[in-house]
Amino acid sequence: MSRLDVRKTYKLYIGGKFPRSESGRSYEVVSATGEFLANAAMGSRKDVRDAVVAARAALPGWSGATAYNRGQVLYRVAEVLEGRRAQFVDEVAASEGLTARAAGAVVDAAIDRVVWYSGWTDKIAQVLGNLNPVAGPFFNVSAPEPTGVVGVLAPQASSLLGLVSVVAPVIASGNTAVVVSSAARPLPAVTFSEVLATSDVPGGVVNIVTAQTAEVATWLAAHRDVNAIDLTGVAGAEGVDWAALEAEAAGNLKRVYRPALADGAPVEPDWNADPGLGRIRAFVETKTVWHPKGL
Amino acid sequence: MVTVSTTTHTAQDLTAQARDVLGVSRLTNHALTSWLHGLPGVDQVGCEARAASLGTRSVKTTSKAWAIDTAIGMIDLTTLEGSDTVGKVRSLCAKALVPDPLDPTTPRPAAICVYGDMVATAKAALGDSGIHVAAVATAFPSGRASMPVKLADTRDAVEAGADEIDMVIDRGAFLAGDYLTVFNQIAEVKQACGTAHLKVIMETGELVTYDNVRRASYLSMLAGGDFIKTSTGKVQPAATLPVTLIMLEAVRDWRDLTGSQVGVKPAGGIKTTKDAIKYLVMVSEIAGDDWLTPEWFRFGASSLLNDLILQRQKLATGAYSGADYVTID
Repeated sequence: MSRLDVRKTYKLYIGGKFPRSESGRSYEVVSATGEFLANAAMGSRKDVRDAVVAARAALPGWSGATAYNRGQVLYRVAEVLEGRRAQFVDEVAASEGLTARAAGAVVDAAIDRVVWYSGWTDKIAQVLGNLNPVAGPFFNVSAPEPTGVVGVLAPQASSLLGLVSVVAPVIASGNTAVVVSSAARPLPAVTFSEVLATSDVPGGVVNIVTAQTAEVATWLAAHRDVNAIDLTGVAGAEGVDWAALEAEAAGNLKRVYRPALADGAPVEPDWNADPGLGRIRAFVETKTVWHPKGL
Repeated sequence: MVTVSTTTHTAQDLTAQARDVLGVSRLTNHALTSWLHGLPGVDQVGCEARAASLGTRSVKTTSKAWAIDTAIGMIDLTTLEGSDTVGKVRSLCAKALVPDPLDPTTPRPAAICVYGDMVATAKAALGDSGIHVAAVATAFPSGRASMPVKLADTRDAVEAGADEIDMVIDRGAFLAGDYLTVFNQIAEVKQACGTAHLKVIMETGELVTYDNVRRASYLSMLAGGDFIKTSTGKVQPAATLPVTLIMLEAVRDWRDLTGSQVGVKPAGGIKTTKDAIKYLVMVSEIAGDDWLTPEWFRFGASSLLNDLILQRQKLATGAYSGADYVTID
């Protein structure tokens, strides 16, 4: 006898909890071949607002944690991700229309990416910081500090590898993130939020809102309590004008991480390429301290 | 400029009035007990359901803008910490004078609420701005001191220039059923206030039942309180919607009974614009629009002002605002 399908309706991930959208809306998520996969919550501007409040509240604890501790937490994320490998392979295969083998390679790359960034947490200061030579009896030290609350428009096409490749560098340096997931392929992001909730990431450090990108991106870009925004997810998003978002972001002088461009149009980068330090560097502020030198 | 109506009475006048209201020839504890315990009991479930249903109203756009400005104008901006310094009181006064430097159209709160020894500082900082200075007195927050000490505390604050006095009732005496003592203490403090406006703090978090809240409300009004106030803010739970609902019913019925209007001040735990708007809805629905002015309704709060300002900025700019755009108190 065949079992009835358990049809899932997923929720958002805000402040370490899984609330329904304030708007009460949800939308159908279909596979690359058009079959129904699940219902996802359709986040609204107020969900984004709540997520920013949660991210702001989590910032002192996360940015104040030692870099070593953040590295351990990120490594734990990779472990839990690995533990749920089979589920991710299924979801990535269905969402992105890949074979099981290709999807497996994507999931492996995503796990490796998290491990890679977990190794970076306590090395960022050595590479991006400096002891500056100055003409006077001072130690002059420049050190990177987290920018604050970062809004992230996650990539539309690469639903898992792209997602971890934009989220991990933001939180590695001590920022907290409000992530708007891929609109058409949100399921790996939903499962990733379950991974975050069951690893040691404090609630509010990463908040994931499944939503129509065009609807919420403007609110995130204009939000005065967001310190930076990553516009990677505008590539392939319906009805999103990234230049307008950058203009909105200027309202409180947010740092803006621009999308990759090809012929002036935003495109998704190659997620298999060496990530480099660009994304870490984009979301840190350099603080320089002059300290008198004793004899 | 906030106006407050205050009537000066001697304790004898208040006792005589109370006798009239109760219809007795001598005001005894027995007479007070019979009267207060003869008040209809509060339906706990009904009261909480009514309070919750009034909290579900959706207030948007122009109504919200009106509500935000009205709520700001009703705030008694409060600092009541052992660590209060002259500098902190001055900076709070500066905030009251210019709540939002980015928008000069932001209204000012009604009053600054401080301990008695900070009244002169606050008075000097506020000058002739029309913002009142309220002082807590009578051995706030516990109220555990002898009557001469409580009266001296009150007179001291009044002499320093306090426009309003927030006194605490003796909850021990109230809970022990010694209503006459509570009555006499309020009446004497009222007398000591002179022309200053008297708010009576009932500390509803310690009164245990809603019936007691209703009795304490009537007792405070009978003894000459110009305002009844929920809490000191030092005891949990502080102000709640159901308790405020009972108090609003009490002031409404008191006006029908005696013709004199008494104000209501919920204090403690009101932190967000959403909370404040729920209270305003309740004032309008239960007591009536006559109470929707700073003369008759106040919020005792400190962090509420910043949240109201953030919401005001959101309405003005269209973008969500953040804590970087308001002062840290």
